[in-house]
Amino acid sequence: MRAFSYERPAHLDDAVALLAEHGPEGARLLAGGTDLIIRLRDGTLRPKVVVDVKRISEIDGSIREAGDVLRIGARTTMTDIAADARIRRDYAALAEGAAVVGSVQIRNRATLAGNICNASPAADTSPALLVFGAIVVLAGPAGERRVPLDGFFVRSGVTTLAPGELVVAIELPLPADARGSTHVRRTRRRGHDLASVTLACLVSADGVTRIAYGSLGPRPWLVIDEAGVLADASASDAAKLERLEAMFVDASPSSTSLRASPDYRLAMLRVLGSRAVVAAGEQLRASGAA
Amino acid sequence: MTDAVRIELSVNGRRRTVDVEPHHTLLDMLRDDLALTGTKECCLVGECGACSVLVDGAAVDSCLMLGVEADGLEITTVEGLGHHDRLDPLQAAFLETGAVQCGFCIPGQLIAARAMLSLNPSPTRADVEEGLAGNLCRCAGYEQIIEAVLAAARDGNATEPRTPEARSTGDPAATPDARVAPQ
Repeated sequence: MRAFSYERPAHLDDAVALLAEHGPEGARLLAGGTDLIIRLRDGTLRPKVVVDVKRISEIDGSIREAGDVLRIGARTTMTDIAADARIRRDYAALAEGAAVVGSVQIRNRATLAGNICNASPAADTSPALLVFGAIVVLAGPAGERRVPLDGFFVRSGVTTLAPGELVVAIELPLPADARGSTHVRRTRRRGHDLASVTLACLVSADGVTRIAYGSLGPRPWLVIDEAGVLADASASDAAKLERLEAMFVDASPSSTSLRASPDYRLAMLRVLGSRAVVAAGEQLRASGAA
Repeated sequence: MTDAVRIELSVNGRRRTVDVEPHHTLLDMLRDDLALTGTKECCLVGECGACSVLVDGAAVDSCLMLGVEADGLEITTVEGLGHHDRLDPLQAAFLETGAVQCGFCIPGQLIAARAMLSLNPSPTRADVEEGLAGNLCRCAGYEQIIEAVLAAARDGNATEPRTPEARSTGDPAATPDARVAPQ
């Protein structure tokens, strides 16, 4: 690995100052390191300084209610998210998605914030965060701002994070009413693998179904069935499939990925989408609504 | 070349002070600075688990963590399992079931198994498969490895408490590795 210096700022202002001093190529942020260190080693990133965010006093690893949101600090790991009772109850698809990222060893280090900043289209937490309407809390030279996650992803490895900014927390709106959610994915093998299709579904008591899917294009996509066809118990399977196919029109799987062919991914997207709608609906009914 | 950073940490129950280059991983530091070569270097991308160690009790891939990040933390490597005259029950079970073939992945398998059993002393086979999903064995000894972990759990002594104090022996300053800073 090429040499770099290491900074471990104690305060957010110090971290922002370091980013400003060294610029986006000169300074890279380190949280869990499970993506960063690979790219430092293979030379695709050659920063002068690595800025470790884990001891910044304003950035924590807690999951707590703050007003009308559940706030997840940028140090929170996948293990913490998968184990959190509140997330398992109210944001089940997120707990399920976090539980299948990498291996135990990866989940013990990888952070939710790092996962979205890495912006892999195959990230298993992104679909769930999208269906729950996650907001990214950013700090930078101009202070703090909040960006809906759907407006954060651009393409693989690229986000709307501005130079000099870092993620402080991720906020999830608290559930307004009863709902059911699930995360499903397709991998080549059980255990530690990247998804060929990763998908989350959220069904609310008002009949709206939100689906987000990844590994089928340059970024994960969020689609919403406002009309309520998918959650309508009287709608035919054919009508639901037609609705799903219309919702998946933006799916554009890479023809060069070795994990699965585009045709396979598109076929599995329909299958997993249909299954997720059923599973999320069952969860909604089990929660006592509908 | 950048300057080394002085860190203090606990390794297998012993306090250590190390001057580590910022671009050296925890794996590099354990093997090259502390001469703890039980932890293996293999894929270097967090897929094989051969470099697994416990960091504050949680299994991590030491190839994906910088040495400087270990400042103030407690590290356990495979050398910290068992005692010099007595194997850890997991190690004994691995030998008894023939889980060790070439042996290269075994330190990582033992660490991952130890971490899993500390959270879940009575695992199902599926729990073991998931707990060890981040550890590859190219001899394909998975059946015996899973059997060993289940056997150790069944014997009920797999979670025997091993406090750092109990393992600590000798003067921490009297270490053989030359690059350890003076205490």
